[in-house]
Amino acid sequence: MNASVRDEVPKSPRKDGAVNPCTVCAPLGAAVASAGIARAVPLLPGAQGCATYIRRYLISHFREPVDIASSSFGETQTVFGGEDNLARALDNIERQYAPELVTVATTCLAETIGEDLPLILHRYAASRKRALRVVHASTPSYKDGHIEGFHAMVRAVVEQLVEAAPERKRAANVLGPMVSPADLRHLKEVVSAFGLEPILLPDYSTTLDGVILDEYRRLPEGGTELDAIRTMGAALTTLDLTLTGRARRASSTLDQLGATAKLLGLPIGVRATDAVVDHLQAVAGQPPPEWLTLERGRLLDAYADGHKYVFGKRAAIFGDPEFVAAIAHFLGEIGMRPALCATGARNRALRPALEGVAGIEEILDDADFASIETCSKHLELDLLIGSSKGYRTARELGVPLIRVGFPIHDRFGAGRLLHVGYRGTMRLFDELVNTFIEERQQGSSVGFSYL
Amino acid sequence: MSFEVLDDRHGQVIRKGQGQVVQLACNRASAAGSVSQRACTFCGSRVVLYPIADALHVVHGPIGCAAYTWDIRGALSSGPELHRISCSTDLRERDVVFGGEQPLESTTRRLFDQHAPRAVFVYATCIAGVIGDDVAAVCRGLEADLGVPVIPVMAEGFRGNKRDGYNAATRALLSLIGRGDTTRIQKASINLLGDFNVAGESWIIRKYFERMGIEVVSVLTGDGRVQDIERAHGASLNVVQCAGSMTPLAKAMEREHGIPYIRVSFFGIEDTSDALYTTAKLMDDPAIMDRARALVREEAQRVLPELRELKQRLQGKRAALYVGGAFKAFSLVRALRQLGIVVRVAGTQTGSAEEYEELQGVCDDGTIIVDDTNPVELSQFLVAEDVDVFIGGVKERPVAYKLGIGFCDHNHERKIPLAGFEGAVALARELHATANSPVWNLMPRRSPRRREVTT
Repeated sequence: MNASVRDEVPKSPRKDGAVNPCTVCAPLGAAVASAGIARAVPLLPGAQGCATYIRRYLISHFREPVDIASSSFGETQTVFGGEDNLARALDNIERQYAPELVTVATTCLAETIGEDLPLILHRYAASRKRALRVVHASTPSYKDGHIEGFHAMVRAVVEQLVEAAPERKRAANVLGPMVSPADLRHLKEVVSAFGLEPILLPDYSTTLDGVILDEYRRLPEGGTELDAIRTMGAALTTLDLTLTGRARRASSTLDQLGATAKLLGLPIGVRATDAVVDHLQAVAGQPPPEWLTLERGRLLDAYADGHKYVFGKRAAIFGDPEFVAAIAHFLGEIGMRPALCATGARNRALRPALEGVAGIEEILDDADFASIETCSKHLELDLLIGSSKGYRTARELGVPLIRVGFPIHDRFGAGRLLHVGYRGTMRLFDELVNTFIEERQQGSSVGFSYL
Repeated sequence: MSFEVLDDRHGQVIRKGQGQVVQLACNRASAAGSVSQRACTFCGSRVVLYPIADALHVVHGPIGCAAYTWDIRGALSSGPELHRISCSTDLRERDVVFGGEQPLESTTRRLFDQHAPRAVFVYATCIAGVIGDDVAAVCRGLEADLGVPVIPVMAEGFRGNKRDGYNAATRALLSLIGRGDTTRIQKASINLLGDFNVAGESWIIRKYFERMGIEVVSVLTGDGRVQDIERAHGASLNVVQCAGSMTPLAKAMEREHGIPYIRVSFFGIEDTSDALYTTAKLMDDPAIMDRARALVREEAQRVLPELRELKQRLQGKRAALYVGGAFKAFSLVRALRQLGIVVRVAGTQTGSAEEYEELQGVCDDGTIIVDDTNPVELSQFLVAEDVDVFIGGVKERPVAYKLGIGFCDHNHERKIPLAGFEGAVALARELHATANSPVWNLMPRRSPRRREVTT
């Protein structure tokens, strides 16, 4: 199915509310995207709680400082508009952080009272001698969940900052979904291995997985430099690893500027990683480095050694659509059955991305964990793969949960979880195999010491 | 003071001077753009009502507000766990245009049929308020139909800060209180207000009172049950722990039901003993006071040896604390002092002018006192005061750890009960585990690594 058809898939009829959500709200995704831009501060026009809840949620996952400013609406702003508060917020952010960019992502409240952000920001810029650079994305959560909020902010940054490119440079843009900081580091390593400058948008590999400090930094080290973002149009190619409607693709804009967009799945599994490697090889005109070839070989070797432990095992996968689709393809490749594929995202891009995967019995869009649990009960699952919010369901079903993606609130080291590339796939494969081995060992009265 | 503080926050940071009490600016809306650690009105109401375990909690709004408060803290229950599911009307664009009353009604009915709750709390979020849904009317209609209390909690985030949320929760609780039968409640009876059983504290405290021969009619709201709350007006005394959130309710119950209240704390053995003695005194029964004395003696004897040992290891450590309400701050300053720890920074999200005066009273000279602070300020305080351990919640944690400073969670994510006698030991152990960890010796703040490696 091509992208234009995807966009026309009708939305499902409204359900009666949600129980145990499988998504959070759009401004959270926008804040994560913002965290991957050098010296940027996110600002949410709305009530104070939005910023605070989002910070808490992100801090519990990344275990890093996450500063998100709010324009702190009260009743007055809700009735008469929050323009003054927004300008004061920008001034206070400038004083406390002196950022290079402020990313404004609207909350439901700001959207519902009809704040005209472009106009307000225009007036702010006109009224200050040295106004802050501001990018604005519309992210009401009655429309979208966190993953679409993430894509919306990336698109806004590309549309509002990237400049027309006079000439090509040996660079490759990478637009990922909300992967881990470890994933971002590995993606950079892979792109660099082909002699291409990687420009990741966003790149929170350091900002949300930083080092210990002796002096507090108000703005964490790292993130994609604004200068690099401005030149994204000059890259040879744009690797788009996201799943969303065509109208929402930041890569379309870059494609028009000449940084040819290539739609690829998130590289989890041999085939999906091969697709990325092949594309990079074609663009760069050079073969993959030896270490990458070795990693591929080792992964295949592991598949050979471990295939029987996983064969025919039935899994439910849930989370952001990119992860669900990529892991479903990976499970298909190793002989497991991704019986249930579910996402809380509303963008309807999951179903077409799952075409060709064997063993899928149910696909849920716009899902909550209540529906995932109901569905899972009839599927005789062996395990769940997804965010830590699936723990209750796993416990209820009495099957293990392999934690991937976002959020992971009940385990340590979420930022260091590698999912992508041959290396990330190897880590996932080892974890899968060992999970089944452990189950067998624990369930056995013999207590085998070889398995 | 040499700290960098926004002009909009002028007067909200002071250093306690010798002898004199300084008026702290507080009870203001958070400065726009400041990155306040505060949440909103909805948050205040949600934390108070959240532990009522046999009620259905329906968050009326778009998905975020419910998603962020799903299983957000322990709030342990000895029975039903309805409170641990997250229910949202999940409003969409269409509802924002055409109104959310119909989805509210159908969602509540569906969930009521599935879960048979003893009551339903419906939280009105920002959007419910702005689109003009008549949440109260929908609740009235549902209550008449479903036969259980369906209580609107008017907690739109923009209405104010967390304190306003406590008031919204108070109104909701008051509409339950008074509905139940109180005939079999004994004279020596209390309600415990303001413990939320985050890690089992309500159970510890309840047991103390029961050992003293005092009936605990209800805990508001730790391990809470609708039926107990409905009978709360039958108790003869309200014992208020988290005074910030529960004083409005205690005052209202005094007004409406003639129940006097006392403010106490169960953090630290001194405050815990005081709380038990004060309550016993008001029960007007010498046998209860005798049992209280015996209990305090027995419990203190049990924990003092370990506390003494831990005190030796904690003596002279420097602490910062930043908590939601001021009463917890008073108590922590005293509890830390008993352990030999010096508090250098004390702040709260929602303290009032009188509370900050009292906080200065319990703090040493030179202590930084701060209202509604932010990470930029906190990081400055921690470094300037050379703090060894920071006591706060999840949002404060990375500020401490990023600088290589110990941290102790006294909020949502704690899993160990920190109240009562055993809680005092647990707190001391936690402080010891973090303040005395050898990992800090490796951190750049303590041990700058030489740039060049000598051969």
